[in-house]
Amino acid sequence: MRIRIAHQTRYLYDRPVRAMQQVLRLTPRDHDGQHVIAWRLEPSAEGCLVALDDVYGNRCHHFAADHPVSDFSLSVTGEVETQDTAGVVRGTVERFPDLVYLRDTDLTSASEEIRTFARDVAGGAGDPLSALHRLLAATHEEITFDTELTDATTSAADAFAARRGVCQDLTHVFLAAARQLSIPARYVSGYFLRGDGVTQQEAGHAWAEAKVTGLGWVGFDPANCISTTDAHVRVAVGLDYLAAAPIRGSRRGGGNERLDVTLRVDTAQRQTQS
Amino acid sequence: MVASCLRLERNLRLISKKATGEGLAEAAFDEMNGGPNGSAGVRSAYEGLHRWLGEQSPEFFNTRRSQAELFFRRVGITFAVYGDNETSERLIPFDIIPRVLTKPEWSFLERGLKQRVTALNAFLADIYGPQECIKAGIVPADLIYRNPYYRLEMKDQRVPHDIYVHIAGIDVVRVGPEEFYVLEDNARTPSGVSYMLENREVMMRLFPELFAHHRVAPVENYPDALLATLRSVVPASGNRDPVVALLTPGRYNSAFYEHSFLADKLGVELVEASDLFVQDDIVYMRTTQGPTRVDVIYRRIDDEYLDPLVFRPDSVLGLPGIMGAYKAGNVTLANAVGTGISDDKAVYTYMPEIVRFFTGEDPILQNVPTWRCREPAALSHVLANLSELVVKEVNGSGGYGMLVGPHATRRELDEFSRKLKHAPDNFIAQPTLALSTCPTFVASGVAPRHVDLRPFVLSGADEIRIVPGGLTRVALKEGSLVVNSSQGGGTKDTWVLDA
Amino acid sequence: MLSRTADSLFWLSRYSERADFVARILDATVRLASLPQSYAGESNEWESALAVAGDADLFRSLYSGANEDTVRDFLAFSPANPSSIRNCIEVARENARSVRTALTVEMWDDLNCAWLEIKKYDNSISREEFSRFLDWVKKVVLALDGSAYRTMLRNDAFWFTRLGSAIERADNTARILDVKYHLLLPATERVGGSLDYFQWTTILREVSALTAYHWVYRESVKPWLVADLLILNGQMPRSFANCYEILVRHLDLIADAYGRRGASQRIASGTLAKLKGTKISEIFEGGLHEFVTDFVADNNRLGSAIAEQYLS
Repeated sequence: MRIRIAHQTRYLYDRPVRAMQQVLRLTPRDHDGQHVIAWRLEPSAEGCLVALDDVYGNRCHHFAADHPVSDFSLSVTGEVETQDTAGVVRGTVERFPDLVYLRDTDLTSASEEIRTFARDVAGGAGDPLSALHRLLAATHEEITFDTELTDATTSAADAFAARRGVCQDLTHVFLAAARQLSIPARYVSGYFLRGDGVTQQEAGHAWAEAKVTGLGWVGFDPANCISTTDAHVRVAVGLDYLAAAPIRGSRRGGGNERLDVTLRVDTAQRQTQS
Repeated sequence: MVASCLRLERNLRLISKKATGEGLAEAAFDEMNGGPNGSAGVRSAYEGLHRWLGEQSPEFFNTRRSQAELFFRRVGITFAVYGDNETSERLIPFDIIPRVLTKPEWSFLERGLKQRVTALNAFLADIYGPQECIKAGIVPADLIYRNPYYRLEMKDQRVPHDIYVHIAGIDVVRVGPEEFYVLEDNARTPSGVSYMLENREVMMRLFPELFAHHRVAPVENYPDALLATLRSVVPASGNRDPVVALLTPGRYNSAFYEHSFLADKLGVELVEASDLFVQDDIVYMRTTQGPTRVDVIYRRIDDEYLDPLVFRPDSVLGLPGIMGAYKAGNVTLANAVGTGISDDKAVYTYMPEIVRFFTGEDPILQNVPTWRCREPAALSHVLANLSELVVKEVNGSGGYGMLVGPHATRRELDEFSRKLKHAPDNFIAQPTLALSTCPTFVASGVAPRHVDLRPFVLSGADEIRIVPGGLTRVALKEGSLVVNSSQGGGTKDTWVLDA
Repeated sequence: MLSRTADSLFWLSRYSERADFVARILDATVRLASLPQSYAGESNEWESALAVAGDADLFRSLYSGANEDTVRDFLAFSPANPSSIRNCIEVARENARSVRTALTVEMWDDLNCAWLEIKKYDNSISREEFSRFLDWVKKVVLALDGSAYRTMLRNDAFWFTRLGSAIERADNTARILDVKYHLLLPATERVGGSLDYFQWTTILREVSALTAYHWVYRESVKPWLVADLLILNGQMPRSFANCYEILVRHLDLIADAYGRRGASQRIASGTLAKLKGTKISEIFEGGLHEFVTDFVADNNRLGSAIAEQYLS
């Protein structure tokens, strides 16, 4: 499938920002089942934009604006060719042994409640793969999708306690539980082409990958309760949201900021027809 | 592994035999009086001091002690105590009776410390590089990769001159005339050196006659040694005449006095993150004459707070972009990022093997015999002997998440038992060491109290420097083995006799 | 030098100068208040002390009325008043603490001891103790200034402390004139008699210049000469003219050392030229109050320029 993405993040500041720096994980790489045909990253302000890989092998950009700005936007546009690999992800850049992905982080450490949940769900599952599929279904079942309650800093434990959250929270819970079962698991940030024809989205997407012996990394999307398909465009991985975050920034001055995100994920064909 | 357990077993019996029946203080080696209960007579290093102690009246000590306190309060050598609004700056109690080490004792320690720190640096360069020690099976891979203090950001990242731990504080305890153990390696941002220097300063003011009768090796050259160390590790792209700065979290930090004291003695700027900025991967400080490039940063901020773009995003103490400058090789951070893995308690247990692997020599300084609860045989031994052991959490900061078996209640023992069974990987256990005692001036007069020693080891591109002595911490409560200042510990001047 | 260090040196000097100023205002007010009504006049001298040395709106949000007790508390001890003597000393000490390395031991010692000592005082002390307290505050600031003068290297660190105290002094003298200018206007002369005499001498006391006045003018106290002394007389340490001579001199030293001149040098020398080219009679003709208001604005402008150029 050919997926076309147009993603703009706009910041409006009360006063001009004197200095800003951003780390951007907004550029996908090729792997088996994903080929980047065209990709552009365009900051609206002049500045220093440097490309480099981060520790996980994600393609990263550092941006630092040269001059004060009060209205700043980042535009990402691109086209990616994807194939359905039944969730199995191969041909990725791997910098660390799988062991790393058993680590807890502040956002993904398991509470007692999540430990019990993981044990209950996986109990009786014959092999890790079926345990993971049960976990996928149970996470989706247990946590109600809700954009109001949680934010980027909510931990898996808190989201699970509230039984509410967005794709980021569901993914964190899935990671915490999988790692409890000694299965290496990691966070993926990316884009998702919706099956219902809706192309305008509020935000990017997030899901998990777990390492299954014999198969390799397998994508699990708890928000949609599916293994990843050719509708998923994989951009960055990490131990948690923070490690794979599309944008991490810091600024001096500027006062309050207003954030405005527009995202359109569409098939390339449909784009040319309209 | 069975063999190492047996060896530990023997050691434990050796030590706990001393502890049975009587209090640890009686069982412990007293550095002035020799064996337990002063059985061996006054040791030669302490003869002068012993005589002097006998000649003085209690009033004399009282006056001198209040003079010392006045001195510390006036220079402002305090540590901040949070949540205590009345006296938010407190003094760490200072004991006016010095702790004395002989020249041969110190030479032994010095050799051991140099060897240990050399091994620490080689170990860090290896695990962030080729990982030979993992391949050779010296340390298990999961211990490294699953440890949060192993900073993934540093993998395959060369640091200037391959030095990671520029400033180490190695905590050493003594249990007998010839027996020294390393209790802990502090390889992140060890503190306390200002107390070492100020303790000497106040002692020389209060007791000039004592110094006239002892040849005490000086420590006042520590700042020079530190500056030389820091200047030696300037990055290749740096100034020919390197600009060094000391980065502090700010004046509300509990160790702020030390930061400002050291910056002053070093003659370098004491900067907060807001004094710095990064442009094109170069760190600058804001000065009255415009931006000035900084080459070496002696940072007293933990890794997690260093750069909000890479580590904790909510850190206001950090400098956005500093990791970029660091990775580009344009600034040296002392200590390097990621040294926390080397002083983790889980890695500590492998230090003897690490020393052997990287130096090709037998360790001069021994570890305290330690059970790794991650190993099933060790775990069952620990569970069976919990009331005699000290159990410590790995990745812990010390003094909080630990159990001192002989001092614990039944309930505490049961609770730790549960914790151990639940997550054995998180714990190590050690015998309750009878730390040596030193004469200490307390309410009831001069009495023995348990002490440890933190010497400071400086590793530069040119050489390893150690000033003779270090910080002696003393547990002021009778029988207590906890020397931490946060839990009522005090400090003493530490003398290395030069003759 | 770090900009933040310069900033702390500048403000520690400003705050210690302010502590001294508030102490002198309180001292002069206590004296005025102790005069019989027929000498001191109807005006509430506590109200007027408040107007000179504090933020009247803030005061009113904290107390019901201005009297000896409330004004003493507000100006000397209140933690809620950023310019109370207690706060001035605390803030000066906090600044000192953050730049310990730029101070001499003597300066730190003065401030740290003052900070330890001031904890012992509160508003429950008697009039006599209060007056000893005010003397102590003045001595602390004298000692600190003396330590700076006698022990600091003559480099930018020292120069920034001089800038801080000179700009604060100029501001303080201006505050007195801003509140009390009407007492010096010719129109009030007709009230005449002893009443105003004590108001004028109070002003002189507030700037520690009662004796100096007689040495300089060798005349009885005349309002326009009081104004001349406070504004134009370069011999008088707290006059506008002298403060600006100090400012210009030290800004020049900094500019020479750094090899760069900027807005602060321009503003300071402009203001000094204006003061030098003016006679007191011209000031009265143009309006004393307008002159003082303009001066305050110029002085603030200089403060911002120094901050922009060196301190941030």
